[in-house]
Amino acid sequence: MRNGALPKILFVFYLVVLMLPIYWLIKMSLQSNTDIMSGLTLFPRNPTFEKYLEIFNDPTWVHAFGVSLSYVAINTVISVAVALPAAYAFNRYYFIGDKHLFFWLLTNLMAPAAVFAMPFFQLYYAIGLFDSIWAVVLAHCLFNVPLAVWILEGFVGGVPREIDETAAIDGYTFPSFFIRIFLPLIANGIGVTAFFCFMFSWVEQLLATTLTSTHALPFAAVMTRAYSVSGMDWSLLAAAGVLTMIPGAFVIWFVRNHIAKGFALGRV
Amino acid sequence: MIDKPVNNRAWFFVLPVLGVVLFSSIIPVMTVVNYSVQDTMGANSFFWNGDQWFRDLLNPATTIGARFNDALFRTLGFSLACLLIEVPLGIALALCAPRKGWAVGISLVIIALPMLIPWNVVGTIWQIFTREDIGLFGAALVGIGLHYNVTQEPISAWMTIVVIDVWHWTPLVILLSYAGLRAIPDAYYQAARIDGASRWAVFFNIELPKLQKVLVIAVLLRFMQTFMIYTEPFVVTGGGPGSATTFLSIDLDKIALGQVDLGNAAAMSLVYYLITLTVCWIFFTIMTQLERRGDV
Repeated sequence: MRNGALPKILFVFYLVVLMLPIYWLIKMSLQSNTDIMSGLTLFPRNPTFEKYLEIFNDPTWVHAFGVSLSYVAINTVISVAVALPAAYAFNRYYFIGDKHLFFWLLTNLMAPAAVFAMPFFQLYYAIGLFDSIWAVVLAHCLFNVPLAVWILEGFVGGVPREIDETAAIDGYTFPSFFIRIFLPLIANGIGVTAFFCFMFSWVEQLLATTLTSTHALPFAAVMTRAYSVSGMDWSLLAAAGVLTMIPGAFVIWFVRNHIAKGFALGRV
Repeated sequence: MIDKPVNNRAWFFVLPVLGVVLFSSIIPVMTVVNYSVQDTMGANSFFWNGDQWFRDLLNPATTIGARFNDALFRTLGFSLACLLIEVPLGIALALCAPRKGWAVGISLVIIALPMLIPWNVVGTIWQIFTREDIGLFGAALVGIGLHYNVTQEPISAWMTIVVIDVWHWTPLVILLSYAGLRAIPDAYYQAARIDGASRWAVFFNIELPKLQKVLVIAVLLRFMQTFMIYTEPFVVTGGGPGSATTFLSIDLDKIALGQVDLGNAAAMSLVYYLITLTVCWIFFTIMTQLERRGDV
């Protein structure tokens, strides 16, 4: 579709600009706090992996990383799984209350998390889920499920209805049509939705820290150690920040072929 | 789309979603509504206060009303600026992105990186990055002779928050648009090629209409997030200098936590919520109408 090198150059230029602050983060993570504060250098003068070792050797950090990964993974799977049939229903059928319900879902993304923090705490404490990963999983469903429904609905809409009809004529039952034919057709949407659910759950800190105390403490909560009374540990925070990018980078790497997959009608 | 059948059994497909979301949303919402009509004297004593908080808030003549008004327009301006930059930029970059080969994976990973960093760390990176003594961005701007200082200059501070948001969230628009573009059946492009359509014609007649749904989500998401922006200004500028970057959520936080004025804060968050709701509803309705008219 594209001709010439200009789009490519612009795109590469964008990637470079985008990487600059991230490079700065990586650079900071390899410097000591005095080095960070002492002046502008493009490369760390005395690179050290001290802060990374500090994180790897501390069971609290490692445990918290696992906790965060588990609730984010469970949340992503639940969100995408419940959202898929709903997105199909919203796009393909009229039913009583469909438009209101669809918009109501979105309204759950509108309230700042701070508003929900206290009531959530009381709710999960009352039902005994406080300080378990399930509290965070359920709390994050509040925004991830509506998000997944909305994104997937857009992609369901991109699939021509004739495909549904042809499959029915060909004798596919609904579940086998949905899983074998329909899901592969919206692979782009599923890939991008899964990534967004993962990402929004991964970076959400307020609810995750409010709903846990020791057992299910998320990575983000342990990160607040960097802000101590003795001053800010820039370098520790930077190292933790670099580590937090890794799981999401893997997720998008694994779904890259789904996101970039072309839409071919020849599959039916 | 016009011949969409009515089928109330579709409700069964929606029930799991409804159950999961309702479980988490109903009680918290009721609690906040309850706070908004009461006054608190600390501890756990609450007084019925009726609609007084709302009257004060919406009347710019009162102190709290004036403050709310200012923060509201500051936030709306910020949201608008971010949307106007991020959406066109995101679409353009999605069109430029590679479509096959090894470059796809690498590009997608790099694009996704800013979004994966916890928001307080994003703030921290930029706090250092924009300093004119130890940060590349600040040093470069001062180096080319600009009067740039985040902690002293209101314009610098405001622009910095916009730049951070563009850096942080344009990737969301790119990823959504990119996936949307890839989902367009090849047949459309082939038809355009046979008709000899220009690049622009392909964009306006095929790509943009097909991206519409995805872009509606992108715009709504970005509007909601920028309208509620909290962490970045909180970490980078603390709402200052003066009140240049005191957006609604920052103000709300000052009232709720700083002054422990729960009633006022709850009333404020409800009004805030209703504004978000109205803007999104209007936008959503217009876009669905357009879609119905343009659909073939």
